[in-house]
Amino acid sequence: MRLLSLIVIAALALTAAPAQALLKTIHSERSIYRNIFVTDDDDLRCLTFRRFAGGHRQTCINMTNPYELVFPYAKMMLGSLALNPHPKRVLIVGLGGGTLPTNLRGMAPEADITVVELDPAVVKVATQFFKFETGPKLHIAVEDGRVFIKRALAKGERYDLVMLDAFEDDYIPEHLLTKEFLTEVKGILTPEGVLAANTFSSSSLYPYESATYAAVFGEFYNLKMANRIIWAQPGKLTDLMTIHQNAETLAPEFAKRGFTPAWLMDVPSKVRDWPESTRILTDQYSPSNLLNGK
Amino acid sequence: MGEAASIMRTFAVLAVSCWSGFLVMALELLSGRILAPTFGSSIYVWGAVITVFMVALSVGYLVGGRISLLSPSLGRLALLHLVSGILLLPIMVAAIPVLDSIFTITDDPRTGALLASLVLFFLPAMVCGCVSPVAIKLLIKDVQKAGFYAGLQYFFSTFFSAAGTLLTSFYFVLIFEVNEILWLLFGVTAAMAALAFTISKTSPAPEAA
Repeated sequence: MRLLSLIVIAALALTAAPAQALLKTIHSERSIYRNIFVTDDDDLRCLTFRRFAGGHRQTCINMTNPYELVFPYAKMMLGSLALNPHPKRVLIVGLGGGTLPTNLRGMAPEADITVVELDPAVVKVATQFFKFETGPKLHIAVEDGRVFIKRALAKGERYDLVMLDAFEDDYIPEHLLTKEFLTEVKGILTPEGVLAANTFSSSSLYPYESATYAAVFGEFYNLKMANRIIWAQPGKLTDLMTIHQNAETLAPEFAKRGFTPAWLMDVPSKVRDWPESTRILTDQYSPSNLLNGK
Repeated sequence: MGEAASIMRTFAVLAVSCWSGFLVMALELLSGRILAPTFGSSIYVWGAVITVFMVALSVGYLVGGRISLLSPSLGRLALLHLVSGILLLPIMVAAIPVLDSIFTITDDPRTGALLASLVLFFLPAMVCGCVSPVAIKLLIKDVQKAGFYAGLQYFFSTFFSAAGTLLTSFYFVLIFEVNEILWLLFGVTAAMAALAFTISKTSPAPEAA
């Protein structure tokens, strides 16, 4: 019986092998956190933290058309510009392949963008393989996002747009998903500022995450596709009508990146689809990874 | 009577060893969570935490070895264990003010995490280290078998360190807040110390020892 199941597993592995063989690893970078692999599959170049990427591509770009956004999450993150279309100062937590800052620089050229990335090896790989480059209006800080934000708060710095993109499918920095952290983020936002967070739409973490965001921001926009994006604001939420109007103004920029205002406007919802009694995540209680794994 | 008393005393020494091992690793895991909101969870923070715990334990072994020379007794072992538990209490009150004031001095995660770990966790971890040599001294009844008793003590304390790591990281943090876990650790430590103290009174050591 055991032998039989081994044979079945081996057969499955063999049939799965051709799909993986298509991904050619063109570079691997040693990191103090985890090794990083760059794979090529025709025009699609991806950054992944696993040897056999399968469905766990961290970030991808189309090498012939770098504007094209490969994943819907990036469209929904960049779509947050429609809440406050002319940010002067932007903070992005988590670099990956640099998709968000690179595109944002094109979409909001007047913005001064700072990216905080924990892993120096990710910065190196993004620069060498994903066309990421810093400049006078695009800075990078290599450190923990929470430390950066805590310091910014202490110095009284304010941002018009904060993007959180530091979660991976199998690891969440738990100190970036607590009531205290989100309160710090809220503290560095200008009154009309926007937080766009790339998180999870499934797993038993969903209600906890929702309750925690609601505890700090009250109402927020929930965008659920493969990923879950949250749009939150410290004050009153920009209404959907205004968002739609702003999105129409941004339509040419959206079009370059393969989406339309109509596509974007179909997604946001303010429905509270989690139990009212859900426990809030705090610095004292933050088992996000255990909840995400359940 | 002498035989039964001796078994009870061995039981008490091993029970304290077990819980002391459990305590030190449970605390080490919590310390990463306590530091993360201020200094992040980069590799430097974990490096700092582990370094401070290792230094604290090594100093504790040295100090405990010294203590074992000064007429050690089960009652004193119980007292030492109780002290390690009591030293958890300031962490609950002082963690945030201490972390905030260190953050204003330095926001570098390496220096900050090392300093904060020293202030918050060095003493309880060190006293946990003191327990082992005293426990080994109390276990040894025959110098020829010293290695055997040392091995026995290492086994129980380290095995329960594994349990403390696993239970804390897989279960406790899913159910309780960090401070609730610290209270739990303190409560069990106090109970174990009380148990050892009671046994030291009800099952006195023979005069020769």
